Amino acid sequence: MLVSYKWLQEYVDLTGVSAEELGEKITKSGIEVEGVETLNEGLKGIVVGHVLECEKHPNAEKLNKTLVDIGGEEPVQIICGAPNVAKGQKVAVATVGAVLPGNFKIKKAKLRGEASNGMICSLQELGIEAKLVAKEFSEGIFNFPEDTEVGQDALALLGRDDQILELGLTPNRADCLSMLGVGYEVAAILERDVKLPEPKTASATEKAEDYIKVSVEAKEDNPLYTAKVIKNVKIGPSPLWMQTRLMAAGIRPHNNVVDITNYILLEYGQPLHAFDYDLLGSKEILVRRAKQGEEITTLDDAKRTLTEDHLVITNGSVPVALAGVMGGANSEVNADTTTVLLESAYFTGPVIRKASKDHGLRSEASSRYEKGVDPARVRPAAERAAELMALYAGGEVLDGTATADSLTLEPAVVSVTLEKINSVIGTELTMQEVEAIFTRLQFKSTVDNDTITVTVPTRRGDITIEEDLIEEVARLFGYDNVPKTLPQGAATPGRLSEYQLKRRLVRRYLEGAGLYQAITYSLTNQEKATQFALEKRQPVELAMPMSEDRSLLRLSIVPQLLEVLKYNTARQNDSLAVYETGAVFLKNDGEDLPEEEEHLAAAITGLWENHQWQGEKKPVDFYVIKGILEGLFAKLGLADKISFSAAEKEGMHPGRTAEVTLNGAAIGFVGQVHPTVQKDMDLKETYVFELNLKTVLEAGTAPLQYESIPRFPSITRDIALVVDKNKSAAELQSIIVETGGKLLKDVYVFDLYEGERMEVGKKSIAFSLKYFDPERTLTDEDVTKTHEKVLKAVEEQAGAVLRG
Amino acid sequence: MQERLKELQAEALEKVTQAADLKELNDIRVSYLGKKGPITEVLKGMGKLSPEERPKMGALANEVRDMITGAIEEKQIALEKAAVEQKLAAEKIDVTLPGRPVREGNHHPLTRIIEEIEDLFIGMGYTVAEGPEVEKDYYNFEALNLPKGHPARDMQDSFYITEEILLRTHTSPVQARTMEQKQGKGPIKIICPGKVYRRDNDDATHSHQFTQIEGLVIDENIRLSDLKGTLDVFAKKMFGADREIRLRPSFFPFTEPSVEMDISCKMCGGHGCSTCKGTGWIEILGAGMVHPNVLEMAGYDSKKYTGFAFGMGPERIAMLKYGVDDIRHFYTNDIRFLKQFSVTE
Ligand SMILES: [Zn+2]
Repeated sequence: MLVSYKWLQEYVDLTGVSAEELGEKITKSGIEVEGVETLNEGLKGIVVGHVLECEKHPNAEKLNKTLVDIGGEEPVQIICGAPNVAKGQKVAVATVGAVLPGNFKIKKAKLRGEASNGMICSLQELGIEAKLVAKEFSEGIFNFPEDTEVGQDALALLGRDDQILELGLTPNRADCLSMLGVGYEVAAILERDVKLPEPKTASATEKAEDYIKVSVEAKEDNPLYTAKVIKNVKIGPSPLWMQTRLMAAGIRPHNNVVDITNYILLEYGQPLHAFDYDLLGSKEILVRRAKQGEEITTLDDAKRTLTEDHLVITNGSVPVALAGVMGGANSEVNADTTTVLLESAYFTGPVIRKASKDHGLRSEASSRYEKGVDPARVRPAAERAAELMALYAGGEVLDGTATADSLTLEPAVVSVTLEKINSVIGTELTMQEVEAIFTRLQFKSTVDNDTITVTVPTRRGDITIEEDLIEEVARLFGYDNVPKTLPQGAATPGRLSEYQLKRRLVRRYLEGAGLYQAITYSLTNQEKATQFALEKRQPVELAMPMSEDRSLLRLSIVPQLLEVLKYNTARQNDSLAVYETGAVFLKNDGEDLPEEEEHLAAAITGLWENHQWQGEKKPVDFYVIKGILEGLFAKLGLADKISFSAAEKEGMHPGRTAEVTLNGAAIGFVGQVHPTVQKDMDLKETYVFELNLKTVLEAGTAPLQYESIPRFPSITRDIALVVDKNKSAAELQSIIVETGGKLLKDVYVFDLYEGERMEVGKKSIAFSLKYFDPERTLTDEDVTKTHEKVLKAVEEQAGAVLRG
Repeated sequence: MQERLKELQAEALEKVTQAADLKELNDIRVSYLGKKGPITEVLKGMGKLSPEERPKMGALANEVRDMITGAIEEKQIALEKAAVEQKLAAEKIDVTLPGRPVREGNHHPLTRIIEEIEDLFIGMGYTVAEGPEVEKDYYNFEALNLPKGHPARDMQDSFYITEEILLRTHTSPVQARTMEQKQGKGPIKIICPGKVYRRDNDDATHSHQFTQIEGLVIDENIRLSDLKGTLDVFAKKMFGADREIRLRPSFFPFTEPSVEMDISCKMCGGHGCSTCKGTGWIEILGAGMVHPNVLEMAGYDSKKYTGFAFGMGPERIAMLKYGVDDIRHFYTNDIRFLKQFSVTE
């Protein structure tokens, strides 16, 4: 809502309160003032001029040479390019020395050899938005009324010597979508009176009810419909002051009748609609739901097909307006209109909201109905509009109003105790202070002991329960005056859950290992949604996506991380390591929520080691990323429960991918991205993993138990085994561990040889075996006995030959 | 004999002085002090001396021995020291060359903000509650006093999956779920961080996905002043002890009264500048007293229990705190952006 500081003074005395101060006060007591704009900021030297002469410029087809009286001793010559300039017009002249928006200074000039001492201005040139300029002046200069005095300040005449407060209204404060509503609010804040308009119309002999019969079929949607009839109107421009107020409030002037309905909309917050009575085609108004498939052409010349969800105003047979949203073209007020049917009605929010949404039409009227108008203003607003039509359109207002009224208008009565007020706010207000606040708001109240009962005017439809009253007290008492305390209840232990702690540990570990945390979008496209998924499931799809690229919820994080690598690689950062923890979404049938699984994924590409001046460079490989995972599982106490086995997965390198299992169940994968995928994304060799983090973090771990530090020495034996190339290290190791029994404390791979000195199809893999007995010092004999069993087992079970 | 000893002494000491390295010195030791050395030779002639002279000569010989031994030891120390120094000199490196970088990653700036807020409230006795990102319309709207058709639903246009399921538009459904689980019995003190989604076109200030962190306290006798005090503690810890807060009335369907909290502008100290659009204040979060409908719907007796709730956007806080100018940076994951949030403040 744009509120003119000058206009507001008609309702509240603002003496001693500047627009900026007022804005600050309004903000602090409940409605955010998003800005205070000074309309004539940086403008000066613009006066009303009278075009005395106007002829074609001798040397330029499109220019005019004018002689303009600007109230000075001599008229000035001005070259003007506007197509609509003409002799006799009263115009806005930027005189020599004037400043226009953008700090554009007007100087004496010569245009194609002719002197030009000033500039005749369009409204746009004076800083008014083009969409607010009346059609007749939109392509050229503005004309003042003929009787306008020459030489006076044109900006003041255009209402530009004003400041506009931009109110950011929350949906509950629809009451402030009107100057009167703002007036009440400001009066309460400043503790001053509010002055209301008192419409008066001359009595007429003819009755409105003889001209029109009003009935409402859809009473729930439209509890009150009123129609007034104004005869003998002369369509023409509305008074300049009204036009300027409309423009300042963001509404484009049209003609006197339409402008008056808009002016009342702004003043009372009550939408009105003017029909051309003679074009109605009947003497009847019937308000009903539209018939399925019924059609109407609205004022914007769009043909709209209606459904039973929409409310229409009809002439008894065909629609003449889409109720509360837009009038019909068939009954539009035009230059020849002489009799106006003025509608002022109370439509309920939902039906208007539905129509406005279905037809993509949001108007000043529909948005007010949606948020709720004050039913008590329906009649006064019509009276006031009729008064203005008599004054400014020469109309004759017929006696009375044709009405269909099924409205039960009962103001809300709400009670609250002083104790409740103080205990919710944390204050020690007295009943007198509370009463004074409701008096400022012009709410009637009565006090009975500790209870105050408030009758809430219908304009404040947002107040229905005691908490609403408490809010009124709190905001007008002032939040600055509320003390600062802390909750008094029993102390509660604050902590992270086990799961949350472990998740933080995982993050810290990965960051310590050199990975950066990324956060990517959950919404993605068809291809990426399922790529690299751990489980083959349908992705969750949005009903109405904004774009194909954000239409489904992801089933895996890896594709998003590859995008991150691609983005950075394209910006000369091609050695990257990133990880992400976040939800993936698995579709369920019907109305069940999808399953959300927290996953952990990582992607690494480019150089892993890069110590530049020492010349050490090592690109990432499978064992780098696997090492990171092993370290993670060790940290989580899961090392013994995890295993890796060769696996194939779409999008992954078939020979460099492992499935990760936890207690035998698959929890994810690790490996190199398939070279064709890498190439498609312009990535170097890239390794990724993705795990079901939820399963990992929820896996039970053994309690931490101290193990005594060995007192006896251990004996280490190294063996190099020649085996078939496809024999896995894990396979050999498990044979060794199994046969080594209790004495074998530790075993690990320390060498791998697949070079040319090897027989074709063979490789040599070397293990270091550590034997140890916590009870005694082992002898060579003890170890040899076990070690030989190990060698025999690997030979028999894996065909391994000790390398000579 | 005496003279011969003196002679040997002088000769040996001279050679020790001249010795260039440890080997040479060792040779001197062997040649003068060894069993076949000249001093031993001289002492062999002691038999010719009178019994009175013998002890005198013996003492002199020992004296000469000791002197040579002492000189050799001294020289040895000197030579060893020189050898060490020489070795050290050869080992000299350029200490100004850069060190080997320790490989280190870092958390995302939003995680940094969220964890900072979590920890701050954990310190005040809150626990961290989480919930699904795909939610039922009921928990996202209805349980929060936003029935179907409520005009305030316009404030947050949503991504629906079916008529009843949508991507949550705020983390408030976690509050609704927590209250429901408590079955009408307090107290509750939670903080709820998480991702949320709204139908916005991504630009410098809008993102269809962003994060939120909300807090909820429910107990008997929770007051608006408790909310103000809590937010004051939060603001001072998060933004600096010299920052002031102010509450402004606002509107949210799930709280009544509702407020917005501003903090005093750091850039201008509250006098007004471009950062705070001339107001001296910067909007940080929305809050309010839990609406009685919300309490009742979750099974709480609103006559007995009251509560407050607040919610804020980590993106906005990060943007204010670190001067980030485009919300999209948080989701692009440009490494040059991510790397800037490694340092501690
Ligand atoms: Zn500032």
